[in-house]
Amino acid sequence: MTDVQAGAAVNYRAARTLPIRAEWRRQWSRARTRWALGLMVLLPVIILIAFQFDSTGDDDNGGGEFGSLIDLATSGGLNFTLFCLYVSATFLLVVAVALFCGDTVASEAQWGSLRYLLAVPVPRARLVAVKLVVALGYSGLALLTLAGTALAIGTARYGWEPLRSTVANEIAAGPGLLRLLGILGYLAVVLLVVAGLAFLLSVTTDAPLGAVGGAVLVWILSSILDQITALGFVRNLLPTHYSTAWLGLLSTPVQVDDIVKGVISAVVYATLFWSLAFWRFTRKDVTS
Amino acid sequence: MSPPLSRARRRLFAAGAVLLVLAGVGTWAAWPDDPDYRTQDARITVRSGPGGDEPVDLDTRLFLPDGASATDTVPAVLLAHGFGGTKESTYADAEELAGIGYAVLTWTARGFGRSGGQIHLDNPDYEVRDAQRLVDWLAARPEISTDGPGDPRVGVVGSSYGGGLALLLAAQDQRVDAAVPMATWNDLANAFLPESTGRGPVDGVFKKTWAGLFFGNGAGVGLGALGDSAAAPDPAALAGAALPGLDPSCGRFAADVCAAYQRIATTGRADQAAVDLLRRSSPAGVLDRIKAPTLLVQGTADTLFPLAEADANARGIAATGTPVRVAWFTGGHDGGDGPQSDRDRVKFVMAQWLDHYVKGTGDAPATSFTWSRITGFNALDRGVVTSGYSDPAYPGLAGTGSSTVTVAGPAQPVANPPAGNPAAISSLPGTGGGLSSFVNGVVSDLPGQHARFTSEPLDRPLDIVGAPTVRIRAASPTGEAVLFVKLYDVDPSGTATLSSGLIAPVRLTGLPADLAAAQPVTVTLPAIVHRVEAGHTLRIAVATADQAFTTPAQPTVYTVGLPGDATAVTLPTVTGEPIASPQVIWRYVLVALLAAIVVGLVVVVLVVRRRRNRHDSSVHPEYADVPLRVDGLRKVYGDFVAVDRVDFEVRRGQVVGLLGPNGAGKTTTLRVLMGLTKPTAGQVHVFGHPLVPGSPVLSRIGALVEGPGFLPHLSGLANLRAYWAATGRPEADAQFERALEIAGLGASVHRRVKTYSHGMRQRLAIAQAMLGLPELLVLDEPTDGLDPPQIAEMRRVLKRYATDGRAVLVSSHLLAEVEQTCTHVVVVNKGAIVASGQVDEIVGESPTVQIEVSDAPAAVELLGKLAGVRSVAVDGDPRQLVVDTNGTARSEVVASLVRAGIGVERVVPRRRLEDAFLALVGESSSGSGDR
Repeated sequence: MTDVQAGAAVNYRAARTLPIRAEWRRQWSRARTRWALGLMVLLPVIILIAFQFDSTGDDDNGGGEFGSLIDLATSGGLNFTLFCLYVSATFLLVVAVALFCGDTVASEAQWGSLRYLLAVPVPRARLVAVKLVVALGYSGLALLTLAGTALAIGTARYGWEPLRSTVANEIAAGPGLLRLLGILGYLAVVLLVVAGLAFLLSVTTDAPLGAVGGAVLVWILSSILDQITALGFVRNLLPTHYSTAWLGLLSTPVQVDDIVKGVISAVVYATLFWSLAFWRFTRKDVTS
Repeated sequence: MSPPLSRARRRLFAAGAVLLVLAGVGTWAAWPDDPDYRTQDARITVRSGPGGDEPVDLDTRLFLPDGASATDTVPAVLLAHGFGGTKESTYADAEELAGIGYAVLTWTARGFGRSGGQIHLDNPDYEVRDAQRLVDWLAARPEISTDGPGDPRVGVVGSSYGGGLALLLAAQDQRVDAAVPMATWNDLANAFLPESTGRGPVDGVFKKTWAGLFFGNGAGVGLGALGDSAAAPDPAALAGAALPGLDPSCGRFAADVCAAYQRIATTGRADQAAVDLLRRSSPAGVLDRIKAPTLLVQGTADTLFPLAEADANARGIAATGTPVRVAWFTGGHDGGDGPQSDRDRVKFVMAQWLDHYVKGTGDAPATSFTWSRITGFNALDRGVVTSGYSDPAYPGLAGTGSSTVTVAGPAQPVANPPAGNPAAISSLPGTGGGLSSFVNGVVSDLPGQHARFTSEPLDRPLDIVGAPTVRIRAASPTGEAVLFVKLYDVDPSGTATLSSGLIAPVRLTGLPADLAAAQPVTVTLPAIVHRVEAGHTLRIAVATADQAFTTPAQPTVYTVGLPGDATAVTLPTVTGEPIASPQVIWRYVLVALLAAIVVGLVVVVLVVRRRRNRHDSSVHPEYADVPLRVDGLRKVYGDFVAVDRVDFEVRRGQVVGLLGPNGAGKTTTLRVLMGLTKPTAGQVHVFGHPLVPGSPVLSRIGALVEGPGFLPHLSGLANLRAYWAATGRPEADAQFERALEIAGLGASVHRRVKTYSHGMRQRLAIAQAMLGLPELLVLDEPTDGLDPPQIAEMRRVLKRYATDGRAVLVSSHLLAEVEQTCTHVVVVNKGAIVASGQVDEIVGESPTVQIEVSDAPAAVELLGKLAGVRSVAVDGDPRQLVVDTNGTARSEVVASLVRAGIGVERVVPRRRLEDAFLALVGESSSGSGDR
C-alpha cells in the first residue's frame, strides 16, 4: 500500500481522508439536518397534543382494516408509535431520507466545495462511500428519533400497554416492542429505494433541490401508479408496491411473504441506484 | 462546459428511461399469452329423460388444445358450471385446463342460458343423462383419446351444481375416468334441511335464505375453486323466467321440483315426497357405484354445502375402495375462491389428479388430506392469508385427536320471537366472498334470544380441525324447540368470532316444560378449521331465531341449559404438516440476492485494488524534482476543443503565470491539474508522479480553482477547519495561523461565510489553498475581487511563497498582474501556448515603438525609406504609428522625424509580452469563445 501513497504529502493517507466523523460534523453543522431531526421529535408531540383535543368524533378515515390503527393509537405507547410511523412512512420519512441522501453531494457541488474535497484529494469512491454512509446514518437516526420520541411520550401518556390491532390478537408489550423494531427495520429497508434514487440524483446534478424533489416525485409517482390496479403485474415492479407490507408484522403469526418481496425489491433498486451513482461519480468530470 | 456534458447525461438518462419503459411495456404486453387452444361453439341435441327419448338442445363449447388431431389425440374434461351459470361462467377454468393439454367441453345445463329444457336439479334422468350423451359426443370426436369404442378418456369437473353432476355422472356412467367435484352436496335434502342431532331432513330446519336465492335463480353460485368468479348470472339465464308459456311461479324449474320447493318454503318443513325428490338428485344413494377416482374439494367458508357434505361423499366413495382425496380450502359459497395460495393448491392437486387418472401421466397422487387455516389479513390486498397443512390420511370430521374444553353457565330462558323476527345474523348468503365480515364480528346474537355458556381462558392455543360436539338440554312449554348452537372464539377484549358463520340448527321434540326433566342431546357443530389462541375463551351460544333459517312462528320461551353446571365441548384436532408456501422461494431469492451483492462487492473491491496496485506508481526520473510538468495536454468536450495542446513546467522557486484571455483554456488546464477532469490526451507529472484524478500526490498541491467554495453557514475559520478535517491529516500540519494571517480577515473569520464580500471569500480561499503549506500552489485568478492594496500584498505573499523550494502557478487574464507577480509566464490562447519563458525575457524591451506624429502620411513615407526600420503601420488613430525597428535606436528614428519637420508628440516603447498578448486579445476581444 505504501507505493499507492507514493508522492503524497507527509501524513496524507487516502484511506483517512474525509473521516466519517468529519463528514458527520459537516452535515450536522447544517441547519436543515437539525431541523429535519427536530421535526422527527416534534411530530409525535404535535400528534399527542392533537389527540388531547379529541372530541370522540367518529373520524373513520376509510382505511379499511387498518384504519382502526387510528382508533387504537391512544391505547398505549406502542400503538401510538405505530400510528406515528403509519402517518409519516408515506411522506414525511420519504422526504427526510430524500433530503439527507439527495442533498449531500449536490449541495457540495453547488457551494463549489466539492472540487476542493476532490483536490485534497479525497478519492472519489471514498467520498461517495462516506457521504452515503453518513446520509444513511442520518436517515436511520431520523427514523429512530421519530420512533423513540413517539414511544417515549406515548408510553408516558398512554402507558406501557400491549400492541393492539384489529387484524390479530393483541400482542404483549415485550414481543410488541420486537414487532415494532421489525417494522422500523422494514421501513428502513423500503426507504433505501428513496435513499438510492436521491443519492444517484445527488451525484448527477448540482441542484440539491432537484435531487431531493426528484426522488420524492418518483416516489409519489410510483405510489399513484400502484393505485391503478389495471396495471396488473407491472405494479409488483413499482418500488412503492410493498411499502406497506410491514402491516403484516401486526398479525399473528407474522406474514413475511410480502415483506420478503419488499426487501428484495428495495435491495435491488437501492443496489442498482447506488451502483449507478458510484459508476457515474467515479467517472464524471466535476464541472461545478 | 456544461452543454456537451449534460447532453451526454441526458442521453444516458433517456436511454435508461426508455429501457425501463420498454421493459415495463414488454412485460405487460407479453403477460397474457396468446391462447394455445381453439374453441368451437355448437348446439348439441341430446336425447334424455326417463325414456331417453326427449330431445333437448344444449349450448356447448369445446376447447381443443393446439395440436390436437386424429393422430395426436388428447384426453377430455367435462366442465360443468354452477347453479344459475352458463358455459361462459367456466370460461377461465376451461382455458386453464386446455392450457395443460385437455380438450374441455363446457355446456350450459338444461334450464339455463340458451340451452333448452327445464331444471331438474341434476336429476339422473335429465341433467346426468344429458352429460352421458355429451360423453358419447366426445367419444365420436376424432381428436379425443379413447379407452375403447364409444369410451373416451374423460374426467368430469364441476363446482357446486356442477360438482353434484360430476358425482352423479361418475356413479351413472363408468366411462368417467376421474371426477373432481368441488363445493358440492352429498344429500341435497340434508343440505337444505339440516338437523344437527342427526334426526334427518324431515325434521330439518329449512335453510330458507339459500333456498330462496337458488329458487330465485339469482344466487352468486358461480363459485369455482378454479377461479370462476362469475358471480353475476348470465342475463339470458334470468330471462328464462320471463319466457312466454312458462309458469311465472316456477320459471324454468320442472314442475315437480317447483312444487316441492313451494311446499317446503311455505311450511318450513319437508314432507317425505320432497325429501325423496331431493335425494334423487343427491349422490348419497349412489356413492357405491362411483369407480372413478374422486378428488373432493370443499370450502371451509360454506354455509350452504358445509364440510360435512364432502365428508359423507368421501366416506361413501372410499367404502368401495375407489381412490378418494379430500382437500379443503378457505372459501366456498360464502368465502368465494379463497386466497391465491389456496387457489394454487387446489389447482395443483386437481391437475395432478387429472394428469394421472385421465391423461395417464405422472405418479399416482397421494391421498393425503390437505386443508388451510386463516392466519390473518393480508396487509396489501386486504384479503385473508392462509397457511396450508397436510395429513397423510383423511381423518374425517372427528379429527386425529381431540381436546375438551369445559363450558359452564346456568340454565337460561331464551325467547323465540314471533315469526322469527328479529333474528340473529350468522351468515349473509349470496354476498359471496365477504370472509372478513365473519371474522370481524358482523355476527350478532340478540339479547334475550340466546343463552351463553363460557369456558375459562385457554392456557394454550388449540387448532380445531373438524366438527366439535357439545351436549345441551332444553325445555319448552310446547314440547318442541328449534335452536341454533354456535361456537364462538372470544378474545380477551370480548370480541367474539364465529368461524365462517357456521351454526348448528337443531329441532328438538318431546321436550318437558321443566328443564330438570330434560334429557341431554348431543349436537354436532359444523366442521371448522380454526385456531383458538391461548388466553381466549370458548363460548357456546344457543339461540332461537336466525335469519338464514325458517323458525317456528309462535312466540315461546324455552329454557336452555347444560347437562350439569358444566359440560365438555369436544374439539377435534389434526396435527398436520405445514405445506411449504411457494412464497418461501422468495426467501431463498432474497438470501441469494444478498449473497450475490456481497460477492459482487468483494469482486469490485478486489478488482479495484488490483488495478490500483498494478497502476504505474514509478517516478519519472527527470521530473522527480519538478513540481509540475505538463506534456501535450488536450481536452475535448464532445466536438469542442477546450485545450488543444499545452506543454509547460513549473520548477521550484518559480511563480509561473498562466496568461490568457477568458476562455483560453486556463481553467480547463487547472481542472486537469486538480484531478477534477480527465484529459483527453497528454500527461501531467507532479514531482515526477503521473497525475490522475485522486492521485495521492495531489495532497502536495494547494489550489484555488474557479473561485472559492465554502460551506456558507459556517464561519471562515470553521470552514478552514472543516476542510482540513477532510484531509485526515494532523491539525498541527495545517498551520492555521499562517493561513489566517495571509487571509487577513481579522475578526471576520468568526462570521459566517455567507456574509462575506467577494474579496473576503477570495482571500479565505487562498488561505485554504495554503493550508499545510503545499509545495505547489495553484491559484486561478487569485486577485479577482481584491482591492489594490490587497493585490499588492498578495503579490508579495506569492513571491515569498515560492522561496524555500516551493512553486506557484497563477492563472490570470491580466497582463499587469502576471508581469508584476510572476517569474515565468505561459501565454495561452484558444487552448494552445502562444509564448512562454521568463517574464524578464518576454517582457523585455521589444524593437517596436509606438510613435504619435503630427503628419502621419509624411512620417510613413519618411520612415519607410529609413534603413533601420523594418515596417511601419498606422495603428488605429491615424496619427499613431507602430514602428518596427531593426535594432536602430529610438533616438535615431525620432531625430529623423524631427529633421524632416514632422512633429513627434509621444514615443512609447512596446514590450514583447504586450505584443503577444494584445495580438491575441486584439483578434477577439471577447476571448476565444465562451469556454
